Amino acid sequence: MNAVLLGTQGLSPADFLALFTHFLMLSMLAIGGAITTVPDMHRLIVDERGWLDDTAFTASIALAQAAPGPNVLFVAVIGYNVGGLAGVAAAMVGNLLPSTTLALVASRWGAQRSASRGVRAFTGGLAPVTLGLLAATAWILTEPVRGHPGAWALVAVTLFVMLGTKLSPLWPIALGALAGALGLMG
Amino acid sequence: MPESPLAVPASPGHLFTAFTALAMQGFGGVLPVAQRELVERRRWLTSEQFVDILSIGQVLPGPNIVNMALIIGDRFFGWRGALAATSGLLALPLVVVLLLAALYAQFAEVPAVAGALRGMGAVAAGLILSTALKLLPALAGNPMGRIGCAGFAGLTLLAVGVLRWPLVWVVLGLGVVAWFTAWHRLAR
Repeated sequence: MNAVLLGTQGLSPADFLALFTHFLMLSMLAIGGAITTVPDMHRLIVDERGWLDDTAFTASIALAQAAPGPNVLFVAVIGYNVGGLAGVAAAMVGNLLPSTTLALVASRWGAQRSASRGVRAFTGGLAPVTLGLLAATAWILTEPVRGHPGAWALVAVTLFVMLGTKLSPLWPIALGALAGALGLMG
Repeated sequence: MPESPLAVPASPGHLFTAFTALAMQGFGGVLPVAQRELVERRRWLTSEQFVDILSIGQVLPGPNIVNMALIIGDRFFGWRGALAATSGLLALPLVVVLLLAALYAQFAEVPAVAGALRGMGAVAAGLILSTALKLLPALAGNPMGRIGCAGFAGLTLLAVGVLRWPLVWVVLGLGVVAWFTAWHRLAR
């Protein structure tokens, strides 16, 4: 993988265009984040074009989630594994340009009307749904480790650190990595 | 929890470094760090504003945290702020994740590495849960009241977390019902 950092992995300009335009489309469908479009990315990249195999595709996502920064960077890792730095550019620009443009326009539109009943009802109505989604995300993230008491202890320690102290989230993250590396998560 | 007077970032450059700093602390998700940094530490936003912006980021397509950075940056410094916050969020973590991708192949088979990823996953769950708990006070003045809020939050958790219904339908379906309910309550 290292040797191809600047290479194109044998992809043609037409392939990069296909990657770019497909990710442009997925950007506008990614309600709830880019992660919700993973099944369709998999269809294009693994099933149809064979640019990556299953293992490389899944490892790309796991790697980005373990690294610091937004989870959407898994798109960059997939782009990199498909076509080096040109793949990164095609995947990331395609994936972010439409949604960020829309967010800017929609946010300005809403900010000008923030006192209106429609906008107040929108933010008020969505607030509990948003908090419910956070709880659902937490529940889903525990799935791979739900059977291990150590995982629940880690969740409890994390809650204590975040709610009861001023410590950085880096401390529980480091503790979790250490506990997992020592084999306490099965 | 009383809200003390809000502060503002000094410049787009200040936004860039603040978002770089919070992104680099975000393992398994940036949102918990964003809440701690932007609401609790820097006081650039109240809890209510944070939940409002998160709700907008959630409903629009695209990554929530990227949409949030863009909206927050835009509110302080227009498009220059939006660009500064978003690129701060993405630039350095992008370099780091690509370096890791280049190294990963050699370490993927080591059991300690796989175990560490699982341990970090459990902590990421705890971080997201703590964020939800800390944002609860933002619902205090909600037009739907406590019971309405608990109902919509509970239904969302059930539909997305337990039943695994597609997020887009849950957000659009429950979101529209919640919007209508809040609209109705605001009339009284």
